[in-house]
Amino acid sequence: MCGIVGLFIKNPALESQLGALIAPMLSEMTERGPDSAGIAIYRDPHTNGCKISVLAQHSNFDWNALEVAIKTVFSLKKIAVVHNQAVLFVNSSADEVQDWLDNNYSELSITSSGTNIEVFKGVGDPLDFIEKFDIKSMSGTHALGHTRMATESAITTEHSHPFSTGQDLCLVHNGSLSNHNRLRETLRRRGVKFTTDNDTEVAAGYLSWRLSEGDDLEQALNHAIDDLDGFYTFAIGTKDGFAVMRDPVGCKPAIMAETDDWAAMASEYRAIATLPGAENARIWEPEPTQIYSWKRS
Amino acid sequence: MTEINLNTSTVRSLNEALQGAASGGKFSISNTGGKHAVSVGLTTAINVGINGHVGYYCAGMNQQASIAINGNAGPGLAENMMSGKVHVTGNASQYAGATAHGGLLVIEGDASSRCGISMKGVDIVVGGNIGHMSAFMAQSGCLVVCGDAGDALGDSIYEARLYVRGQVASLGTDCIEKEMRAEHKEQLEELLKQSEMGHNVDEFRRYGSARKLYNFDIDQVDAY
Repeated sequence: MCGIVGLFIKNPALESQLGALIAPMLSEMTERGPDSAGIAIYRDPHTNGCKISVLAQHSNFDWNALEVAIKTVFSLKKIAVVHNQAVLFVNSSADEVQDWLDNNYSELSITSSGTNIEVFKGVGDPLDFIEKFDIKSMSGTHALGHTRMATESAITTEHSHPFSTGQDLCLVHNGSLSNHNRLRETLRRRGVKFTTDNDTEVAAGYLSWRLSEGDDLEQALNHAIDDLDGFYTFAIGTKDGFAVMRDPVGCKPAIMAETDDWAAMASEYRAIATLPGAENARIWEPEPTQIYSWKRS
Repeated sequence: MTEINLNTSTVRSLNEALQGAASGGKFSISNTGGKHAVSVGLTTAINVGINGHVGYYCAGMNQQASIAINGNAGPGLAENMMSGKVHVTGNASQYAGATAHGGLLVIEGDASSRCGISMKGVDIVVGGNIGHMSAFMAQSGCLVVCGDAGDALGDSIYEARLYVRGQVASLGTDCIEKEMRAEHKEQLEELLKQSEMGHNVDEFRRYGSARKLYNFDIDQVDAY
């Protein structure tokens, strides 16, 4: 079991409260996922280059040395370090920076890349995660969150959601996939890189691969229905919004709600109930295999 | 009327109060906020009004009590109800009325997948549509659907009666359309009246078991 939440701000006046609004949604899902938590937040666009979120395996990682090293190769606008994670604002293409990090800093995991997305995750109580990363103070346009109860692979920060699926894209998942081992090998042969044995990382890798083959997000998700075996409610963060899809059997819960101010999804209504105006929101349950998406017009 | 506010009272203390109440008692519950297991395990003929949306397993195992929810219900509404009445003004999520033995469950809006799965005598009336795999292995009781039914309706059904006013996306294994005889119209009329659904019984079709899965068929022996 896991908990998923997503919040898309429709009224720009609420963007400054994005973190304050999604933090209670995430903490309400603690019982569904007490092992670890994570968030993808879309904010502070760096349009002249890229933002790369990185995760250090050790808390004593030398971020100053990284900063010095990056500056010898790239024009670094800033580096925002929070505990063992950081967001690098670099005035170069994401591919160049990722290749350089892969070659020079293999002890860092890249958790997201793009112009808007930032990803933070951690093991332990989601409430501690919210405090540690000061989620409540974050502003932005939209965010996805995940609380994890591990069922198929280890409890580590790397195994926590969200998983990056490409530029400004990420995936959070409630459920379990049964064909992830074979699919991981197939995708590896096609050049997709994996860092863990986690099933959701395979789904993320699958979507990345489909998108790199020219699919749009909707086409990639429709292919996923054929190629992924298992149970899933997916929420996929995009640069402009997010999308939600449940597997054909639809046994993993999901609920969606919308008001003039926001659109939200969650594993359970009680997460949405924390939002202002939730009691009068339009509320519905997403149908299996239907793709629901919001984006900025 | 006893009022219980779930912002200040726990679900456990709420259920203890309801389970200990003498027949005839009236309760009003507010600020449910999607909480789980609201008003479960009641055994006396009390009236419970719930204002707001509820989460998993609301009104589970109900006996005798009349529970009205002004809002939507999460998964497992009135699971294993034995008797009494549960009424929801909004929608209900998965497996509403699962395994329920008796009583009446009325959902004014839609019910999602697996509504009435393994129902054992409950009557369920849904004002809107129902999702896929509803009435799977349904054994007894009636499922009335005023809207449409999703895929695989009544798969492996035993003796429950399914009345559907709208379209059926597909019937499950061993579920077939059956003739609406006078006794069925009379039964449906009564259920529509009890649930205050103003439809004409002639608009409904009946579905039930072809009874082909009841016994081992010697012609199928090669399949094993």
